[in-house]
Order: sequence, then C-alpha cells, then structure tokens
Amino acid sequence: MLAFVIRRVLQALGVLLVVGFISFCMFQFMGDPVEGLLGQEATEEQRRELIERLGLEDPIPVQFVRFVGNAVQGDFGLSYRLARPVSELILERLPATLELAFVSAIIAMALGIVLGVFTAINRSGFAANFIMTASLIGVSLPTFLIGILLIYVFSVQLGWLPSFGRGETVEFFGWRSNLGSWDGLRSILLPAITLGLYQMTLIMRLVRAEMLEVLRQDYIRFARARGLSERAVNFGHALKNTLVPVVTVTGLQLGSIIAFAIVTESVFQWPGVGFLFIRSVEFVDVPVMAAYLLLIGALFVVINLIVDLLYFVIDPRLRSDRAGSH
Amino acid sequence: MASFNQRLQTALDSDLAFAFKRSPVAMTATTIFALLAIAAVLAPLIAPYNPFDPATLNLMNGFTPPMEANEFTGQTFTLGTDDQGRDVLSTIMYGLRISLFVGVAAVLFAAVLGVTLGLLAGYFGGWVDTVVMRIADVQITFPSILIAMLIFGVAKGLTPVEARDEMAIWVLILSIGLSEWVYYARTVRGATMVEKSKEYVAAARLANRSPLAIMFGHVLPNVMGPVLVLGTIGLALAIIAEATLSYLGVGAPPTQPSLGTLIRVGQDYLFNGEWWILFFPAVTLLALALSVNLLGDWLRDALNPRLR
Repeated sequence: MLAFVIRRVLQALGVLLVVGFISFCMFQFMGDPVEGLLGQEATEEQRRELIERLGLEDPIPVQFVRFVGNAVQGDFGLSYRLARPVSELILERLPATLELAFVSAIIAMALGIVLGVFTAINRSGFAANFIMTASLIGVSLPTFLIGILLIYVFSVQLGWLPSFGRGETVEFFGWRSNLGSWDGLRSILLPAITLGLYQMTLIMRLVRAEMLEVLRQDYIRFARARGLSERAVNFGHALKNTLVPVVTVTGLQLGSIIAFAIVTESVFQWPGVGFLFIRSVEFVDVPVMAAYLLLIGALFVVINLIVDLLYFVIDPRLRSDRAGSH
Repeated sequence: MASFNQRLQTALDSDLAFAFKRSPVAMTATTIFALLAIAAVLAPLIAPYNPFDPATLNLMNGFTPPMEANEFTGQTFTLGTDDQGRDVLSTIMYGLRISLFVGVAAVLFAAVLGVTLGLLAGYFGGWVDTVVMRIADVQITFPSILIAMLIFGVAKGLTPVEARDEMAIWVLILSIGLSEWVYYARTVRGATMVEKSKEYVAAARLANRSPLAIMFGHVLPNVMGPVLVLGTIGLALAIIAEATLSYLGVGAPPTQPSLGTLIRVGQDYLFNGEWWILFFPAVTLLALALSVNLLGDWLRDALNPRLR
C-alpha cells in the first residue's frame, strides 16, 4: 500500500517537474524578458542592472532551480501585457472559473443521471431514442457553437438571460460569487450549461450503459420477486450500484471542464483564468501562459493522483494484485 | 499483375464495399462530404466572387440579406454579404478550403508521426519504447485542445512578428498535429507488439530483411485498419479543433479566414439581426464535422470483425 502511494506521488512529482521545465523553457527561449520589462528605450546601464538582478547570466540549472523556487511560492513575475504580477491576475480570476466549473459539473451530473436512468428504463421508447440521437449530435457540435446557439435563443430572441459577463456578484469572505444574487444566477446559467453539456452526455451514456448492465443482475430479479415497487428497484438498488464509475468519471472530467472553460469563457466573456489565458496566447504574454500551464498541470496531476488513490481504496482486487507482483 | 479493372472489381466485391452499399447513413455522409470537398477544392473556379480581391469588393454591398437585392447597388447574393460587402457563399467556399486543408494536413502529420513512433516503440521495445510512451502518457493527461493552444502560443512567440499571419496556417497544422499523434502511437504500438511475434515477421527476419523494411513493408500494412478509423475520427476532431482555435482568435488570421474565423466575425452581427453572416458558416462547419464523424463511426463498425 505505502509503496504504491509513494510511487504514484513520485510519478506525479515527475510529471510536474516536466511541466515546470517546459514553462521554464518558454521563459528562456521566447522573447527577451529585459525588453519585455523595460521596453526598447532602456539604457545599457538599466539593462545590465536588470540582467544582474534577474540573474539571467547564471548557469541554466541554477536558473531552473530558482524558477521552481519562485513558482512554488506563487511568484511568476510580471505580465508583459498588463504589467501586473501574474499571481495577482490569476488569483483575481480563479474564483470565476472555479465557480463556473462547479455549477456546470452539478448540472451535468444531475441531468446526466436523470436522463441516463430514464433512457435505460424506457429503453425502446420514442423519447429515449430521441434523447440518445440528440446526444449524438450534441457531441459532434463544437462547444462554441452551442454557446452561440444558446445566446441567440435565450438572450437575443427571448431576452430571458444575459449574454455575457458575470452580472452582479456578492462577496463572501473575499470570494466574489455569482450564487448570492438573482442576477448572478441568471448570468451563470447559460455558460454553465454550455460547459456542462458534453460531460452531461458522457454521464448520461455511462449511467445508461451501467444501468442496463445492473438491471440484468440476479439481485434485481430477486428484488422484483420480493415485490418491491419499480421505483425502489430502479433507484434504491440499481442506481446506487452504478454510481461508483459515475463519480470517478466525473472526477476525471473535472480537469477537462476547467480546460474547456477557456472556450466557454471566451464565448460569454466570462472574466475567468481561461479568458485570461487565451488573451495571453493572442498577445504572446509568456509569464501568464507559463503560469497557467503550471496551474493546469498541477490540477490535472492532483486530480489523477486522487482518482488513482481512490480506486485503490475502493477496489480491493488492485491491492492484492500489487502485493502479488512485488 | 492484376489489371486495373480486376482490382476495381475486387474492391467493389469487398466486405467494406458491401457494408457501404447497405448503410444509408454512410452513403449520405459520403455524399455531403464529397460535395463540401469539391466546393472547397474548386472554390477559385466556381465561387461566384473572389472575396479577397479588393478590386471586386464594394462596401455599399455590405449587410445585404440573402436572396434580396441590395438597396444601393441592386445586386443580389444567394447567401447575402458580410460587413465588408463580401459574398458569404464565396467566403464560405474559401473558408472551407482552409478548414479542410488544415484538418487533412494536421491528421496526416499526426498519423505519420504517431505511426512511425508507434512502430519504432512496438518493434524495438526497450528504451525507445519507454521514452516514447512516457511522453505519450504525460501528454494524454491533458486535453488535446489545450496542448494545441499552448503549442500555437509558443510557435507564435518564436516566429517573427511580420511573418505571423503568413505562418499562422502552418503553425495551426503543427499544433493540432502535435496534439493528436499520441492516439496513433498508442494504437500502432499495441498492434505492432502483437504482429511482431507472428510467423511472417520471423520469416522476414530469417530472409535477412532490415528492421526498417520489416516495419514499414510487412508490419505497417497489417496495422493500418485501426489507423484508418483513427484518421477519419481524427479528421472530425482536427476540423473542430481548428474551428475552435480560429474562433478564439488564435488560429487562421482574418486575411485567410477559415470557417471558425468567419463564425467569430459573424457573432458580432448576430445581435443586430444580421444572422446570415454567422448562420451559413456555422451550418457548413456542422455539416462537415457531422459527416466526417458519422463516416468514422461507420468505418469503425465496418472494420470491426466482432460486430459483424
């Protein structure tokens, strides 16, 4: 057990170090940091002084160690485009992205499970077939087109919901939240649906497949034989046993949700980290790109690590396998 | 040596052709895709206007609705005009050209890179395998669109400012291709490891053929089936990835607009009621992505012996 955990943690650290090295290389080879910070008008003396202060003439390994040290403390230097500390920019926008991801994960899970159960129980019904076909088309639609379609229907034509921005936010302990006001809730609805739609179809298909599998099992037949109501069988016995894979898949999808938030945030001009990142790619703002890369890298590595360890806890077979081979 | 007619007959009698003739979905998808591909390839010949020739543009034609005569010039455009008076049908045909070119080139690049690395890793094993597969493991943890964006940003930073617009298309191909190679490498590596232990490979070794000749001459034809399926599905993914990047403003430049760039431009006018600037490119993109996707799905089922 301990050996497995230690090995997984070491692997995760290795991946992080590689990601860190890539973002370090971005700093090294893209653009001239001295020019980025001082502009072209700087005197030779100012340049010398800055090169000295940033330690740009130290050996590469020394610079890399310093880069990692700074990154661990959250110091990524100044944004070339906005001339503000990158950590400040990211911290300012992180709550917006996390909240969007959270709400869309909730929507995806709730709708996905309900529709999955529905399509599994009424397998050959017209409504179930319609939902399955619609989900297939939905998967082929690019995210940004779904967002535009929703804006067109609900903002332009019907005028029910705002088409961009966060709307009114309420501050809880320094966290600016959309969930505290009616206007904020209205603003988050469309982006959250856009972002969650893909995951919703994924969860729906998974729940449906798992339910069909479980409904064939003997204990379901036995529950029916005991005279339990259809409702108790479907939800109390069948659904409960499908939830473990659903939770793991949703967990693994959390990273993708945050990555795809880049697209959704751009469509709805949502002031989150994804929007910040795409602007930084457009303007080749290296410090922001590097910091975002590290942030997302860390997030993915941590999520994968947690899911792996959870599997280990949930599934005893994995444990004996490992014990047998080592 | 079989004559061309005999070869054609063999192809038409194959299981694949039989499955194709029985699947209305596959035939519809192929027809739509073929029409779009022809429109893209022949765009300079059959498009009603050249939207990028400033001499033929008339700003007075701007925002003409589809099938209506312009109130100043009296000209009629099948699908209307955009803000600069460019014929939407023509911009779509030229945009389709770029979308398809980037998609196909990115898939080819990814497939060549992935198949080569997969063959090497599967055939030689050892440290080659370890290095290639560790890189693949790390890369597959991240969504490919994110990787494409990062590579695009890095490549953009490395190209000189004045060449960026010209290079954008090639940078797009590079970044989408590099973000997708992993899937080919993994599949081919697995298949190669299976093929490696078969007798025909041993026979080729005994006949003293070089490892490269065995890999590309003998093993490769036997692992091409899954690569074909991956390539078709990958084409749909690459087209959508290209459209997404261009829509976000980090892809094809306005001077060479792809369908994604056209949608990005069109979104600004959606709120004023000029829906056609966005609608027609979006429908074209959908038709393209959906037809390729359906074809890939069909091909996967048709080539899978377990499903027959």
